[in-house]
Amino acid sequence: MSQDIFVVIEHLRGLVSETSYVMLAGARQLSKSTGGNVTAVLLGQNAQDLAKNLAADKVLYVDHAVLAEFTSNAYQVALAGLIKEYSPRAVLLGHSSIGMDVAGGLSVKLGLPVVGSCRTFTADGKFVSQICGGKIMAEGDLPGPTALVTMVPGGYKAEQGKSNQAPALTNIPAPALDGLRVTLKKYIEPDTSDVDISKEAMLVSVGRGIQNKDNIELANELASALGCAVSASRPVVDQGWMPTTRLVGKSGKTVKPKIYLALGISGAPEHVEGMGDSQVIIAINTDPKAPIFNIAKYGTTVDMFDLLPVLTDKVKKAK
Amino acid sequence: MKIAVPVKFVPDLVEELTIDPSGAALDATWLRLIINEFDDHAVEQAILLKERGGGQVTVMTIQSEGADDFLFAAAAKGADQLIKLTGDFNNANNHALARIYADLLKESKPDLIITGVQAHNDLDGSLGPLLAEYLGLPYVGYIAGLTVTGDKVVARKEYSGGLVAEVEVTLPAVFGIQASEQPPRYIAYSKIRQVMGTAKIEEKPIASLDLSGGTPISRMFQPEVSERATMLEGGTEEVADKLVAIFKELGTL
Repeated sequence: MSQDIFVVIEHLRGLVSETSYVMLAGARQLSKSTGGNVTAVLLGQNAQDLAKNLAADKVLYVDHAVLAEFTSNAYQVALAGLIKEYSPRAVLLGHSSIGMDVAGGLSVKLGLPVVGSCRTFTADGKFVSQICGGKIMAEGDLPGPTALVTMVPGGYKAEQGKSNQAPALTNIPAPALDGLRVTLKKYIEPDTSDVDISKEAMLVSVGRGIQNKDNIELANELASALGCAVSASRPVVDQGWMPTTRLVGKSGKTVKPKIYLALGISGAPEHVEGMGDSQVIIAINTDPKAPIFNIAKYGTTVDMFDLLPVLTDKVKKAK
Repeated sequence: MKIAVPVKFVPDLVEELTIDPSGAALDATWLRLIINEFDDHAVEQAILLKERGGGQVTVMTIQSEGADDFLFAAAAKGADQLIKLTGDFNNANNHALARIYADLLKESKPDLIITGVQAHNDLDGSLGPLLAEYLGLPYVGYIAGLTVTGDKVVARKEYSGGLVAEVEVTLPAVFGIQASEQPPRYIAYSKIRQVMGTAKIEEKPIASLDLSGGTPISRMFQPEVSERATMLEGGTEEVADKLVAIFKELGTL
C-alpha cells in the first residue's frame, strides 16, 4: 500500500493524448493531500520517448508487442498486475475510449472502487465528478484502498502536466499476454473529403434543439449568409442529420473558431471537450439552465426558430 | 445467435434537477426517468444485427416508469424476448445492476451482449465493462458498428478526432455502443399498441439488491459558475440586431 498516484498514459499511433497531461496535472494536485508521488504508467512498444515530457516523478514502463497500440484486454491484464504489485492510492485513467474500456473490469477483477467523470480534486483530496450532462457535480471522499478514477478534461490545464525534464523511467517486465480475445485489426483515417471545421473562423453549430433534419436548413442559410460552415453535436450526427465530418466534441473534432454560435446545444461535457477553447461562444437555447450558458460569452433564450430567419435576413443586409 | 441488451433508465435532463434534503442525491420526487439514449442505440444495433444475420434479441430492464412502453417498442422493432426485473431498486448503482444482469445472463448465455457505452449518471463506472468482468467476458466500448462472422466480431471503435479502429473480438463478448449504424428507428404508437396484444413481458423478481461497489457521495451541487454568459435582452428583432453587432465587432461579418 502506497500513497502514490498512478496516471495511465493514453497514446495512439505515437501521440500522447491531451487528457494524459490533464490527468498528470490533476494527480499533482491530489498528491498534495495524499503525500505520495505522481507515477506515470506507460504501456507500449519502443514507446520510451513518449515519457520524456510527462510531468511525473517517475515512469513505470512496460514494453510488449501487443501493447504497441491500445486494446482493452491486454491493457487490463497489464494494469491489473501493476496495481496489485504497487497498491497505489489512486489510478487515474481517461474518461475516454481508452480508460473507460478498462476501469470497470479492473474494479470487478481487483475488488476496487471506481470514480467516474471526475473533473477535479479538492485541496483535502475529495473527488468532484461532473454528471447529468454537466448539470450536477458530485463530491465524495476518495474511496480506498485504491481508487480507480476516470477523468474528464476541463478541470486542469494540459500545460501543467508537461515538463521539460524527462522523468526517471523504470522498465517493468511485461506479464504473460496470451489468450487475448481482443485484437486491433487496423485504423480507419478520418474522412477528409468534406470541409475541415477545425479551420473555420466561425461555426454555426446545431444541437438536439434543432428538432429535425429539415430545420438544419435554417442553420445552413445563416451560415451561407455569414460565409462559414455548419457543425453539429453528437445527437444530430447520430440521427443522421449531419455527416460525421461535422461532429464537434469528444469523438469528433476539436475546434477553436473566433465565434462558435451554438444553436440548441445544451453544453454537455462531451461537447465542451471539443469547443470549450473557442474565442467567443454565443449560445442560443430556450433552457436558461443549460450548462452552455456557463461557458458562453453571450447568450439568449429567444426561440431559435423565430430568431434564425430574422438573423439571416439582417446578416445579408449588413454585408 | 443470441443477443442480449441490458438497459437502464436515467433522469431526463430536460427537466429541472434538484438536490434532496440529504444534499447528496437527486430529489427523486420530481425526477422524470427516460431510457439512457446510448441504450436506445444498443437496441437498434441488436435489431440491425438480427435483420442482417438472424438471431434472437432479448431486451432486459429493471422496473421503472416507462419500462413497459420501452420494452413493447423494442418488440415492435423486432426484439423477441422482453424481461423486466422487479423489486426494490432504490439507490441502485451500476455494480449492483451489473451483478443482477450477470446472474440472468449466466443462465441464458448469449453470444453478444450489447449495451450503451455510458449513461450521464454513471458514478461507479459504466454498466458494460462491469457486467463483462462479472461474466468473465471481454469488453470493448465506444462502438459505432458491429459485423459478425462466425464466432468473431469486427467492432468499429471510435477515438477522439474522428479516428476509428477496427477491433476483432472473439465471442461471447460485451460491447458498449456509442451510436448504432443507423439512428434508432421510429415506431408509430399504433404499431406498439398492436404488439402489446401479443408480446409478453417476463417479470422476474429479484431477491435483494447488493449495493456493494458503489461510490459514496457526500455532497451534490449545481456547478458553481465563475462567469456566466451576458444575456442579450429583448425580443427577436432586438437580439438579432445585437448578434449582428457582435459579429461585426469580432470581424466575422
